[in-house]
Amino acid sequence: MTDIIKLTAAETAEAIAAGKFTAVEVTEAHLARIDAVDEKVHAFLHVDREGALAQARAVDAKRAAGEPLGPLAGVPLAMKDIFTTEGVPTTVGSKILEGWIPPYDATVTKKLKAAGVVILGKTNMDEFAMGSSTENSAYGPTGNPWDLTRIPGGSGGGSAAALASYQAPLAIGTDTGGSIRQPAAVTATVGVKPTYGGVSRYGMVAFSSSLDQGGPCARTVLDAALLHEVIAGHDPLDSTSVDLPVPPVVEAARSGDVTGLRVGVVKEFGGEGYQAGVVQRFQESVQLLRDLGAEVVELSCPSFTYALAAYYLIAPSECSSNLARFDAMRYGLRVGDDGTRSAEEVTALTREAGFGPEVKRRIMLGTYALSSGYYDAYYGSAQKVRTLITRDFDKAFEQVDVIVSPTTPTTAFPIGERVDDPMAMYLADLCTIPTNLAGNAAMSLPCGLAPEDGLPVGLQIIAPALKDDRLYRVGAAVEAAFVAKWGHPLLEEAPQL
Amino acid sequence: MAGITREDVAHLGRLARLELSGEELDSFAQQLDDIIGAVARVSEVAVQDVPPTSHPLPLTNVMRPDTVRPSLTAEQALSGAPAQEQQRFKVPQILGED
Repeated sequence: MTDIIKLTAAETAEAIAAGKFTAVEVTEAHLARIDAVDEKVHAFLHVDREGALAQARAVDAKRAAGEPLGPLAGVPLAMKDIFTTEGVPTTVGSKILEGWIPPYDATVTKKLKAAGVVILGKTNMDEFAMGSSTENSAYGPTGNPWDLTRIPGGSGGGSAAALASYQAPLAIGTDTGGSIRQPAAVTATVGVKPTYGGVSRYGMVAFSSSLDQGGPCARTVLDAALLHEVIAGHDPLDSTSVDLPVPPVVEAARSGDVTGLRVGVVKEFGGEGYQAGVVQRFQESVQLLRDLGAEVVELSCPSFTYALAAYYLIAPSECSSNLARFDAMRYGLRVGDDGTRSAEEVTALTREAGFGPEVKRRIMLGTYALSSGYYDAYYGSAQKVRTLITRDFDKAFEQVDVIVSPTTPTTAFPIGERVDDPMAMYLADLCTIPTNLAGNAAMSLPCGLAPEDGLPVGLQIIAPALKDDRLYRVGAAVEAAFVAKWGHPLLEEAPQL
Repeated sequence: MAGITREDVAHLGRLARLELSGEELDSFAQQLDDIIGAVARVSEVAVQDVPPTSHPLPLTNVMRPDTVRPSLTAEQALSGAPAQEQQRFKVPQILGED
């Protein structure tokens, strides 16, 4: 039974379809794993035992009746607690939504259920997805399975930690500035931010609507592709959803041929602040791509040096507006309603009590950037930088098919190290943010351990908008070459929990 | 430096409906000053002839047919309400008594 949890999602689905074991057995094995290790890891905020087993039983019944099963039927999944799940608590890592039971499913939730995927529960995250360490969760931090005293990345640290500790073979994340890719990098897992509009945002609690994008997290490139195909596609309930066919991601993940592919290395993704071991593993990855037959081209994207600054104006501005809905009137927390206070006073007391420090910081930052007299200098300028970044990407993609970089400048830092220094925390997203601003697609996958601390390093692959399949083609090639070189997946080297 | 003061933070708190504590006014003033000082560099490259981008997709007015479809029942819509009365959200007083 213990081996079940080590299988990939593709292998698990195949074994269920072949009758090697039942979906219920698979679900029970993962629930047992959660019982055994999650007290230490704290990846889950809520485990939906009954819901998971009911879904598994339904898959087994379908198979018994001879009905066709989807490619991920019966495979367990850990869901970031930012997607609504009907009848199952959804907190977004915030006290303001503690105890809230959504009356409807997000589109992603619906698609997973329809595909027979078994949702084990909801994973921990930085409050409202604001953070790079999961320390901003109102429900306590998550440990990195490689070293429980270090951060698992953020905001989707719970999803990444669940994968890396074999509590689930699949997970869902969201990526506004790197919240899928940076956790993947520091836990030696795979995470993909699809092209903006590729995965529906309906039922995904909004942080920064022009940047937020849901996406797949897994332990292998193929598993991420299979999940990508299940959750992607046009949704009339999300007016920013792209009405085009889903790129052929599974086909690309099965091919993994990079012969003749042009790979860009952007010089602005490097220099001061990058850990030596991260740079070393990145350079080895570039050499590996050359060895696999790719052509490497050096590029410059000068506006990328302004991406972090633009992001920390645009994202807080949109968040200050989006989070205005938490007014203590229709759902969530209400504080101080003693019959004497006005609605406005109750709103202010509730928001003060319900939001954590980082959320308040960003709401005020956004309020400042959007206020009259400052709008042009801050928000307006940031929007212009966004144009410049998109132009730099467009120019780069005239010369290359994909761009590669380190996913994050350092390996996992100790819990507590940056929590009182917001600017230091923000630097974790230095390489991931340009993609969110331009709306194109990117992946992180493991490329080795940093020699100085033995912790995982992520390789980021960036593709043009709507060319998500290129991520999987390159990712599969790199993954296969590394696994051949190491003799096993990198995650095998993680300590036993 | 942007020169964010304690009074500025109190004003932002009022605009954003956050009843901030005295301690928060001090810590946020310092932190917001640092952050705004760092992000202000966007104005270095944001020259006149660069158009702003508000969104990655060139979308305008996505339309759909106006047809009746299932929606939440009143009971479902009220299921998370902090207080309710007669199938309505019950809220504290919005206008003054006098």
